[in-house]
Amino acid sequence: MERIPILKMGKVLLVTVQVDMHDRLAMTLQDDLTARIVKDHAHGVLIDISSLEVVDSFIGRMIGNIANMARVLDADTVVVGMRPAVAITLVELGLSLPGVRTALNVDKGVEMLKGSMEQRASANGHATR
Amino acid sequence: MESQNKLAESIRGHHEGILKEWVDTQLTAPTLRLDLMKESELRDESREFLTLFSHALIGTSDPGAPAWKATKDFLAQVAKSRALRGFSPYETATFIFSLKQALFGLAGTVNKDGKNLFTDLWTLTQLIDSLGLYTIELHQKNREEIIQRQQQELLELSTPVVQLYENILALPLIGTLDSARTQIVMESLLERIVETGSIIAIIDITGVPTVDTLVAQHLLKTVAAARLMGADCIISGIRPQIAQTIVHLGVNLNDVITKATLADAFLVALQRTGANLGKPLAPKKD
Amino acid sequence: MATLRDEAFPIRSSDDIVKVRQITRELALMQTFSLVDQTKIVTAASELARNALEHGGGGEVRFEALQEGSRRGIRLTFVDQGPGIPDLEQALKDGFTTGGGMGLGLSGSKRLVNEFEIHSEVGKGTRVTIARWK
Repeated sequence: MERIPILKMGKVLLVTVQVDMHDRLAMTLQDDLTARIVKDHAHGVLIDISSLEVVDSFIGRMIGNIANMARVLDADTVVVGMRPAVAITLVELGLSLPGVRTALNVDKGVEMLKGSMEQRASANGHATR
Repeated sequence: MESQNKLAESIRGHHEGILKEWVDTQLTAPTLRLDLMKESELRDESREFLTLFSHALIGTSDPGAPAWKATKDFLAQVAKSRALRGFSPYETATFIFSLKQALFGLAGTVNKDGKNLFTDLWTLTQLIDSLGLYTIELHQKNREEIIQRQQQELLELSTPVVQLYENILALPLIGTLDSARTQIVMESLLERIVETGSIIAIIDITGVPTVDTLVAQHLLKTVAAARLMGADCIISGIRPQIAQTIVHLGVNLNDVITKATLADAFLVALQRTGANLGKPLAPKKD
Repeated sequence: MATLRDEAFPIRSSDDIVKVRQITRELALMQTFSLVDQTKIVTAASELARNALEHGGGGEVRFEALQEGSRRGIRLTFVDQGPGIPDLEQALKDGFTTGGGMGLGLSGSKRLVNEFEIHSEVGKGTRVTIARWK
């Protein structure tokens, strides 16, 4: 059974969505990701959708779900690489991905996550790496 | 058809004579454009066409048949090259139609007894008319494609997206915006945002006299799309009249950062991107 | 008006939704739609196919590639024999809710296309026809 690979970069989990996902694959991704956040004590999740040519309400809900679940598990989510045509379509569709932060690319997404992880660390009184 | 084959054979047999008469007709026609095409090129084009024509006619007199594909492909080339050179469709079609005179003359010679004269003339006229109209159609299509391409280039030239600084783009819009132009411009802005990784895009409308609801909506949609992608837009240069229009139209600009001038917007952008400009250089001493 | 292509496809599983997206994309490319227009019609098709599957219990989509003069377009008709939509007006007003309620995605899809028609009868089924022109 195919799965979308989840890479670990320090305290951040990186998911690159490359295929035109069908529902089962999306559900499996949500499950796998939740498990990994806990297992790896991840503080951040980066979802790279730069390969997605279409984002419909289903994918939108999936992204929202992932962000919500991650938050519950004390991790931040950033979605990166949304294509202009996809963004224009989502605006027309009326889908706004509330509660999901976005960045233009992986580099900027990592920067964003580092920023919020540092904030959280200092709030918790821990020294940051 | 027997008569048609005979006709085809006669054309091939009298090839040089027909060609000469046809070229002479063209050279004395009022539609001659030696400024666009040299006489030698005209002769070559005519020769090639006549060869293809007579060859195809042996098979059938129906220009829609596969036997005529090579001839029509050649005509497509002719139409394209003449369109590029600036010939009008009328002039290009006359290239074909002027062949009638020579061919009719031949039909007359071949049918001295008059028996099949009408059939041959009819076959020839139908064929030539069809091919002539075909070139007009192609000509039109080519011109349309050229115009479309030029329009696209003009549009791209008139809406440059400028990189003001690292992470900061500016789109100075000038002139009246219509819905179509605005859409294209906004799409290209979003593309540039991705290409340059710019997190702030300043859309300056100082040079835009009026904005209608559709355009305002496109602007807002673009700002929303940019935000979804991970970038922010600042709209600058809103004239008093436009501000009034926007309020009257009930367009909601609450979520959008607006600044009076491009300069103000640039300053905000520099601050937001954490740009480090350093201290001013000390003036040089002699 | 000429029909350049006319084919039907069943919607019985979520894999079929992916296929519907792919076929729609193919047709949009064939009709030389701009990238944004392609994305819009493919997204609308995805939404409506999903509706047919999840609310209609499965159905069928008919793809038509059209040419009217120099205009080229695509028409998609989604049909299901599901429970139907009791309050169409309300359904067309509903926006989306990500994470939480369903939202039929009808009003959103409507904004992505040039032509939108819907017929629905409770207990009989639903038919949605959308078209996008270049």
